[in-house]
Amino acid sequence: MNKIASIRKDWKLIETLIEENRSILDIGCGDGMLMEQLEKNLNAKTYGIEINRDLASKAIARGFNVIQGNAEIDLSQYSNHSFDYVILSQTLQAMMKPKEILSELLRIGSRAIVSFPNFGHWKIRFQLLISGRMPVTEGLPYTWYDTPNIHFFTIKDFLKLCNDMNIVIEKSIGLSSRGRQFDINDSLTGVNFFTHEAIFLLSYKNYEPIKIKSSKKIFSKNSVIAS
Amino acid sequence: MSDTNIIIKNDPKLECDIALIENANFNLESGEVLKNLKIAFKTFGQLNNKKTNAILVCHALTGDQYVSGTNPLTGREGWWSKMVGPNKPVDTNKFYVICSNVIGGCSGSTGPKEINDKNSEIYGGDFPSITIKDMVNAQSLLVDKLNIKKLFSVIGGSMGAMQALQWAIDYPEKISNVIHIAGALKHSAQNIAFHEVGRQAIMNDPVWKNGKYFESNERPERGLSVARMIAHITYLSEDAMHRKFGRKLQSRDIISFGFDADFQVESYLRYQGKSFVERFDANSYLYLTRAMDYFDHDDTFKKKIEFSHKPNNHIKYLIVSFTSDWLFPTTESKIIVNNLNNLARQVSFLEIETDKGHDSFLLDEPQLDSLINGFLISNFGKINE
Repeated sequence: MNKIASIRKDWKLIETLIEENRSILDIGCGDGMLMEQLEKNLNAKTYGIEINRDLASKAIARGFNVIQGNAEIDLSQYSNHSFDYVILSQTLQAMMKPKEILSELLRIGSRAIVSFPNFGHWKIRFQLLISGRMPVTEGLPYTWYDTPNIHFFTIKDFLKLCNDMNIVIEKSIGLSSRGRQFDINDSLTGVNFFTHEAIFLLSYKNYEPIKIKSSKKIFSKNSVIAS
Repeated sequence: MSDTNIIIKNDPKLECDIALIENANFNLESGEVLKNLKIAFKTFGQLNNKKTNAILVCHALTGDQYVSGTNPLTGREGWWSKMVGPNKPVDTNKFYVICSNVIGGCSGSTGPKEINDKNSEIYGGDFPSITIKDMVNAQSLLVDKLNIKKLFSVIGGSMGAMQALQWAIDYPEKISNVIHIAGALKHSAQNIAFHEVGRQAIMNDPVWKNGKYFESNERPERGLSVARMIAHITYLSEDAMHRKFGRKLQSRDIISFGFDADFQVESYLRYQGKSFVERFDANSYLYLTRAMDYFDHDDTFKKKIEFSHKPNNHIKYLIVSFTSDWLFPTTESKIIVNNLNNLARQVSFLEIETDKGHDSFLLDEPQLDSLINGFLISNFGKINE
């Protein structure tokens, strides 16, 4: 099968974080383009949630398993570790309860891939500093009164939250506004300044799935999640 | 005991095929046994060489095998002609579509208006109680007889959706996907209540005579038409009724201060009732509404899917609901979706925005058309690539 080129730079990076033959839930899957990329290139088994009716309809009509739904309500229906990976791309900042969502991602998925626009980017900092008004940039193009983004946070804020929640950051990638890519661990202060969009691969500390294989079903059980 | 013998022959009067199953000894869920079984069905399109393109369409309460083309009994278009046919969303140039009249129905399959083998009289009220599971068991016999090992899809709306779900529970090995439209895991108390009013209207018609009206060559038309009028209200929505009729008067400028059909909505319902009695048997209506009432997988569905002795992981589900459907509301569809997601099954779900109520699936809904067409074509491609 021909591999397909990804449309977005972050999708290409997301693909590099995932092994072949994995089950993946894409939250906010749109019309299924990322799912298609992951199915074709990684032979993934994909599932999606999309809040927009028309986009969900398109994705279903293209043969993907997609439910029209709202992640803040509908994640609860999935059992623990239903998926190898759960992807939340560019959406955490628009969630009512980002912390709850984050813990849900790691309940239903063994690993989570989260990407978000970094509010600590220098352009945003300078706009607020110089003009004294809420920043509007190409990454965050909305005015304050009609933005879907209701929780702004920086890479440092996100790292602190992960630490508080005992979440392990397995990999982290920063993207500059020109698409340059770097490892976030290298030099945090600098990275927080230049990262336009951040992508994190997350899991829980000490997580070890106990899998009992029978001929038909795989029983998966959580070991102790607390650190 | 002689062996089961199935023959298929064409019925020129009904313009459909009839599968005659002699010595079927067909066990019903009620415990009763039907010695012989008759299934009236129609097929559309061509079965491919590998027999992988068969789709079973399950009809709703008052439907029949005439899903597409012309219905010879009414002279009108088949009940889902806009969905099924050449170049339609369920494209019979590509798929082989089977539609059979449910047992208990009145378009040629074994039902209350057919002859009872035991005494060579019309069954009438002596017909045994039928369930959705019984209907599906009969359909499965037919599919076997047609030498189809696996249906590509089972599609149904309303009572048809109940059958589609029952297929997933009882015969997962015989299906690849399920399209479940405007259905539920159970018939709700309100739905049973509406059915009961309809049944009471029929049974209180003096012509009904405990289901033996055929002896005097009459039909309980008044009761059946009232039942249809009530049911028809539940298939619409308040918005759709308001949009269609409002308070508009029928063929008059002023109200009559009487009980004539002053309002258009009254005239419309009377017409619906009147045309229904010409094509439907009152006893069948009693039996089939009862079958829907008895449908209940509320507590058992998840367990039956999870602990099925036959693998059912491969089944892809498409669950569809309509915003204005208050008979089988979206919340009911979402219960099915939640159960399937909880078991990590392959399920898609869409709630289509429309004001046309429960009957939306039979009406012009472009989003439903493109959804079903896309779902079938893309998944057929995935299976056969």
